[in-house]
Amino acid sequence: MNAPIVRVFGVVLALFALLTYFTARWTVIDRSSLQDNPQNKRALLAQAKIARGTIYAADGATLARSVRLADGTYTRRYPRHGLFAQALGYAYLIPGTSGLEQYYNGTLIGRSNGLENTLRRLQGKGGQGNDLRTSLDPAAQQVALQQLAGRPGAVVALDPRTGRIRVMASIPSYDPNALRTEKATSALNRASGAPLLNRNTQGLYPPGSTMKVVTSIAAIDTGTYTPNSVVNGKNGIEISGVPLNNDGNVDWGNIDLTTALTHSVNTVFAQVGERLGKARMQRYMDRLGFEKPVQVDLPLGQRYPSGTYCVRGGTLRLVEPTADCVDIGRVAIGQSKLLVTPLQMAMVAAAVANGGTLMTPYIATRAIDPDGRTVLSNEPKVFSHVMSRSTADQVTAMMQRVVQEGTGTAAALQGINVAGKTGTAEKGAPGSNITQPWFIAFAPADAPRIAIAVTIEKTIGGFGGTDAAPIAKAVMESLLQ
Amino acid sequence: MSARNRELLGLIPASLLVIAGFAAVFVQEHAVVAHASLTYGAIFLGLCLAVHFVIRLRLPDADPYLFPIVAVLASIGLVFIYRLDDTFARNQAQWFVIGLIFFSGTIVLLRDYRVLERYRYVIAAGSLLLLLLPRIPGIGAQANGAYLGIRLGSVTFQPAEFAKIGIIIFLASYLRDTRQLLVSRKVAGVTVPPLKHLAPLLLVWGLAMVLLVFIRDLGSSLMFFGGFLAMLYVATNRLVFPVVGFALFAAGAAFFANTVGHVKSRVQAWEHPFDPHLYGKIGGSYQLAQSLFAQADGGVWGQGFGQALVGSGGTTVLPAAKTDLIYAVIVNELGLVGAVGLLLVYLLLVERGLRIAILARDSFSKLLATGLTTVIALQVFVIVGGVTKVIPLTGVTLPFVSYGGSSIVANFVIIALLLLVSDRARREARS
Repeated sequence: MNAPIVRVFGVVLALFALLTYFTARWTVIDRSSLQDNPQNKRALLAQAKIARGTIYAADGATLARSVRLADGTYTRRYPRHGLFAQALGYAYLIPGTSGLEQYYNGTLIGRSNGLENTLRRLQGKGGQGNDLRTSLDPAAQQVALQQLAGRPGAVVALDPRTGRIRVMASIPSYDPNALRTEKATSALNRASGAPLLNRNTQGLYPPGSTMKVVTSIAAIDTGTYTPNSVVNGKNGIEISGVPLNNDGNVDWGNIDLTTALTHSVNTVFAQVGERLGKARMQRYMDRLGFEKPVQVDLPLGQRYPSGTYCVRGGTLRLVEPTADCVDIGRVAIGQSKLLVTPLQMAMVAAAVANGGTLMTPYIATRAIDPDGRTVLSNEPKVFSHVMSRSTADQVTAMMQRVVQEGTGTAAALQGINVAGKTGTAEKGAPGSNITQPWFIAFAPADAPRIAIAVTIEKTIGGFGGTDAAPIAKAVMESLLQ
Repeated sequence: MSARNRELLGLIPASLLVIAGFAAVFVQEHAVVAHASLTYGAIFLGLCLAVHFVIRLRLPDADPYLFPIVAVLASIGLVFIYRLDDTFARNQAQWFVIGLIFFSGTIVLLRDYRVLERYRYVIAAGSLLLLLLPRIPGIGAQANGAYLGIRLGSVTFQPAEFAKIGIIIFLASYLRDTRQLLVSRKVAGVTVPPLKHLAPLLLVWGLAMVLLVFIRDLGSSLMFFGGFLAMLYVATNRLVFPVVGFALFAAGAAFFANTVGHVKSRVQAWEHPFDPHLYGKIGGSYQLAQSLFAQADGGVWGQGFGQALVGSGGTTVLPAAKTDLIYAVIVNELGLVGAVGLLLVYLLLVERGLRIAILARDSFSKLLATGLTTVIALQVFVIVGGVTKVIPLTGVTLPFVSYGGSSIVANFVIIALLLLVSDRARREARS
């Protein structure tokens, strides 16, 4: 009877080997897919036991903080309510995280300092994350929101010397505190106007004439044109076989590039674009950050790429500007298949402002652990060298003229030189009079400290110079005080 | 070194485990290294020493490793239950003491375990009655769709845990008598037992099926029937018996998996644990899915003592963490490495049990030791297999580790019986 007993042990061994294999399967082989399973809320629930770090504005004001609940878990409070709603995002159990809260989740919950968290717990202090300091300016943000006055649109302002973002306003907005309840969350998800959308990085709009700054950069930096180059601004010139009209159907005759930018003459810049060609336009667009999800420290899913879009297979897709479907003459004046994010256009202004060197935009400057040590420091980083300093100076001079005597006079500041460019994208059917006003600018023109992009999604007959420029003026005023 | 001195030494690691385990839990929960962990370790060691002296007096030749192995398992259980819920740990400690009393009582009172053979039909009838008790209205209690417990006053007790011992004693005795007869007839080279002797075996199969339908518990049914097949195989040394028996069981299980609602939903949950419909359903796959999620977080090395997330803000993340899912908690906190270590401890227990069966001289002792050991091994397989999605999840306890009074007491009786068989076998082997 002993041989079968030994065999029974063999069967038990086999069964235990099976148990070991399956345990290994869940702990090692299938580990990440189980952890990424959307039904798996363990990580989020575990995080609820950690006091997320506080998020601070540039002036030290608290933008987000954690409060301890009776059951020992923590929840998020946003003392400034909707002020920086889309940029900050939210961090709650049910909707999850978004915005800075998502991008810096690991830092805010202190994931990196596992040992120190254990030590803190030994001292009875509980799990605590790192604080985050940002460059956001609540006063200027308030001005931006007031100026938008409830009209759907976006205002984004940054320091061109560093890339630090000061203002990131998006309307419609929401109060992130409301996302604490599941009901309010689903209501917000269904709300009209998509308040959760960060229009600065997720809004894709036709840029209108603000794109002429990009065309000017390419024209001058390649040496193809100078600000004094003369081009015929006749109304109705054929571009890609279709006549193109100037604003008010004005026949401008032979004018130089500076005059053409000052008065935003379409036919001049369309011809410039055609002469530069798709490849050269693409080179400068790329250097400025087009064709890639716009650069900033926000989650990838909340950053869309600016560029030329064509219908491919029934859906609108990003294509290279060299694609056949692209009408480069019209792209050069911000029409046709060009779609951009407001942050991308602020980067265009910033590149000119910073002498041709574009800095990578970012919001969070530092993370500080509970003992006051800096655990993360975001230093200014060069995104690209877009153009030579002399090109930048010449484009600056052209853009100053826009504000001094052209379409952008409404952005002029007392005692401070402003360089800017208006844009008025036509939306809807031709002649419907529905427009999207734009304004991009930087100031002071001789030593820029601020670059800005403003857009309002929809106006009836509004212009960049009348509707967007005053907003930019007010925000810059607040930031330059 | 004598067997008893080896046993004594073996208790030291078990006590150290209790001390270290409680110290770790105290650090996690209260942020202090309390001397209470030393106190608990000392009490644990004291209790084990007392029982050790009972073994020393009554069973001087018994296997020296079995009791320390059980002490290690019990200490793992106590530490994990304490870490999950300290009131339950106090209860479990009381049950541990009651288990030790039953253990000592069995050793002291049952001077010659072979008298059990004389009462085999009484034992069999009693066990069947125990199994059916939970279905008697008034005292039966349904939990998660299965009828496993009965309520006596404030104590819930699971008669199946004790019935399994009785049924194994009966089978060991019955198979000892009939093992020759079962293989006496051959038809065309295949062993075909006479119907007269086959009938009781078919009865056992029928019993397993009844268990499935009445008690609605696939796990217990698999445990009983698997133990029975192992004994049948050892008794006859004919592979055809376990093969045919397993086929019959599989057929029956497959049939009931499609007809009995409770079994059916367990099988569906096992097949599709992440199906959103099953996941959200009461009695669906939530428990199994959460078990797998918890194990994934454990990884190779585990998250450390006291780190497993069991519930948060009123929601239960790991349902039945102290009982059914304690293995998932262990994997989460001690990782794959800790889980394999635990399985090795059980394997050691099985190895000692089957070694006793091999050493035993008479057929009854061999069959009894085989049956008792395989039932423990299968119980581990059923619950760990359920938690790791090898088989559908059913609620049996992880022997000596899960929270549960009846389970720990019954398993201590099993160990006592194994030691009784061992003492006799080793004494006979020596002389």
